[in-house]
Amino acid sequence: MIPISWYLVLSAALFSIGVGAFLIKRNIISIFMSIELMLNAVNLAFVAFAHHWHQVSGQIFVFFVMVVAAAEAAVGLAIIIAVFRSRETLNVDQINLMKL
Amino acid sequence: MHLVLFLIFAGLCLAGALNLLFQRHPINSALSLIVVMTSLAVLYLLLGAEFLALAQIIVYSGAIMVLFVFVIMLLNVGAEERTHGSRVAYLAGIPGVLALFAILASIFLSLTKNLGSAQLGGFIVSTSDLSRVLFRDLLLPFEVTSVLILVAILGAVVLARKEH
Repeated sequence: MIPISWYLVLSAALFSIGVGAFLIKRNIISIFMSIELMLNAVNLAFVAFAHHWHQVSGQIFVFFVMVVAAAEAAVGLAIIIAVFRSRETLNVDQINLMKL
Repeated sequence: MHLVLFLIFAGLCLAGALNLLFQRHPINSALSLIVVMTSLAVLYLLLGAEFLALAQIIVYSGAIMVLFVFVIMLLNVGAEERTHGSRVAYLAGIPGVLALFAILASIFLSLTKNLGSAQLGGFIVSTSDLSRVLFRDLLLPFEVTSVLILVAILGAVVLARKEH
């Protein structure tokens, strides 16, 4: 017997760490990984609420979030590779021009 | 039993996430993110989401993180250096993040009584239950998602291709 709110607090903690990593990290791949961490935190909240209301739809929403995260990871990493080819750096402080 | 499993894997989740935050080298961050995702799969199992637990391991810690590790090794990424921007982010970001966590945690903890508690096996969603809803009521979003994945594959190939 564990209060549902503990799961939600864990989810909030993971989300906050994700936001912090998004702000602090300077490497574009690490920033991308912190976005994945935030998505995972929200998924945990969805599953916890699905358990509380005995609804399947919460879990289906998590399924869709996973699919969109996979698509986003594929496109995002391709963009990172393209950026690295043209700039030779992954530091976001140096990637500040739309066009070279 | 439930409490012990929850505490172990919630602790692993938090430790992995904090390690992701404090490691300088992206490959260490990626490996600690795999720890976070795998322990989240166990938490999904505790909440009765057996299909999602397996999908979490296969899709997230399998496919997505392999892609990340592959790109990190392909680009030969080194440890990141501290810049002026990261000092500003430390000063402004950490208090903001702590405030965010304090607000969210106080809201959730104040709702503890209304939300009730989770029992082991209290609500188990089998794969057949999930697929019945997915393929009957939500067939259109499912098909739209497959188009989205097709577009993502095409976009990834076009963006990562070498220009001649």
